[in-house]
Amino acid sequence: MPNTFEAIATQTVSGSSTTNITFSSIPSTYTDLVLVANATASTSGQGMNLYFNGDAGSNYSSTRLYGNGSTATSDRQTSGTFINFALGSFNNGQLVVANIMNYSNTTTNKTVLLRQNTASAFVGALVGLWRSTSAISTIEIIISGGNYVAGSTFSLYGIAAA
Amino acid sequence: MSPILGIYASQISGHLWAPSGAYDSIATVTVGSGGAANVEFTSIPSTYTHLQIRGIARDASTSGSINMQFNTDTASNYSRHAIYGDGSGAYASAASTIAFVRPGFVATSSYGSNTFGAIVLDVLDYANTNKYKTMRSLAGVDNNGSGEMDFRSGLWQSTSAITSIKLYVDGGSNFAQYSSFALYGIK
Repeated sequence: MPNTFEAIATQTVSGSSTTNITFSSIPSTYTDLVLVANATASTSGQGMNLYFNGDAGSNYSSTRLYGNGSTATSDRQTSGTFINFALGSFNNGQLVVANIMNYSNTTTNKTVLLRQNTASAFVGALVGLWRSTSAISTIEIIISGGNYVAGSTFSLYGIAAA
Repeated sequence: MSPILGIYASQISGHLWAPSGAYDSIATVTVGSGGAANVEFTSIPSTYTHLQIRGIARDASTSGSINMQFNTDTASNYSRHAIYGDGSGAYASAASTIAFVRPGFVATSSYGSNTFGAIVLDVLDYANTNKYKTMRSLAGVDNNGSGEMDFRSGLWQSTSAITSIKLYVDGGSNFAQYSSFALYGIK
C-alpha cells in the first residue's frame, strides 16, 4: 500500500526578496492536501493571501473565529479575491496548518479548514471557500507587502484515502 | 487482518485494508445518488492508537448539524462542548448527559450548489479500555455571506474500545450525494 500521508514539497525562503510561494503541478492522486507554514514578514501590518489555480477573481470567501487574549471574535470575508492565510500582522511569526479538502474532485467547490497562530497576538481558525469545482493544481501564498523573512518555511503534504 | 473488515473496505472503496505505517487509510465512504441516512465505519481494528476522520459533507435538508455515536450506543452517555463563530459573533455551548457528540456544522440544502462543509476530527486512544473516549474536531462551512467555524469536543463515557462509529445528520435527514468521509488510523 502506498504511503497515506506523504510530503509533496517544501520551500524554505532565503534572501530578502521572496514575496510569492507557489506550489504548482500538484498531483491529483491524493484526497486532501495539508499546507503547513511557519513564516515571518519583514514588516508589520502584512498578511498572507491564498490563491488557487491563479484565480484572482472574486471567488473566495471565509468565516473566521479567533481570540486576541481578551476578546473572542468572529468575522467574515465575502466575494474576496483571496483567502486570508495569515491572522493579523505576522512580523513576529505565524504558524498556519491548512487542510485543503477533496482538492482534486471536480464536483464540489473547494473548502479549506485552517488553524492560525500568531504567538504574540492571536489564535484562531478559518473556513474558506473557493467557488470553483476545478481540481486544485496550483497553490500560491503571496505576502501583501514587504517580503518573507529568510527561514520561513512552507510544506505541502498529500493524504490519500483508501 | 480481519476478513470482515477487508471485505467491508473493499465494498466501500475497492481496496483491501492492509496496515503499513504510522498513518493508515482504513476506509472511505462516499455517498451516492439518493443520499444516505448514515455513514458508518464498523469492525475498526484495535491496532492503532488514535483515529482521524476527514470529510466533506452536505445535509440534504436544513439542519446541517452532524452527530456521532460509538459502538451503537444511543443512550445518554455523551457530553460535548463547542466554541464557534458565525461571522457575526463568537459563541460557546455545552451539553451533558446526551445521546451523541457533535463534530460540526456543514452545508445545508439552502447553501450554494456544490458547496460542502468540512470536518477533521480525532478520536483519541480509541482502543484503550482504561479511559473514556474523547473526540475533538475542527469543522466549518462558508457560503460567501453565511457559514460557521467550529472548534468542538465530545466525551463518550465508556471504557470500551471503539469498534464502530456512526455519523448522521441531526433531525433525521440525509447526507447529500458526494458527501465523503475517510477513516484513518494513527499509531
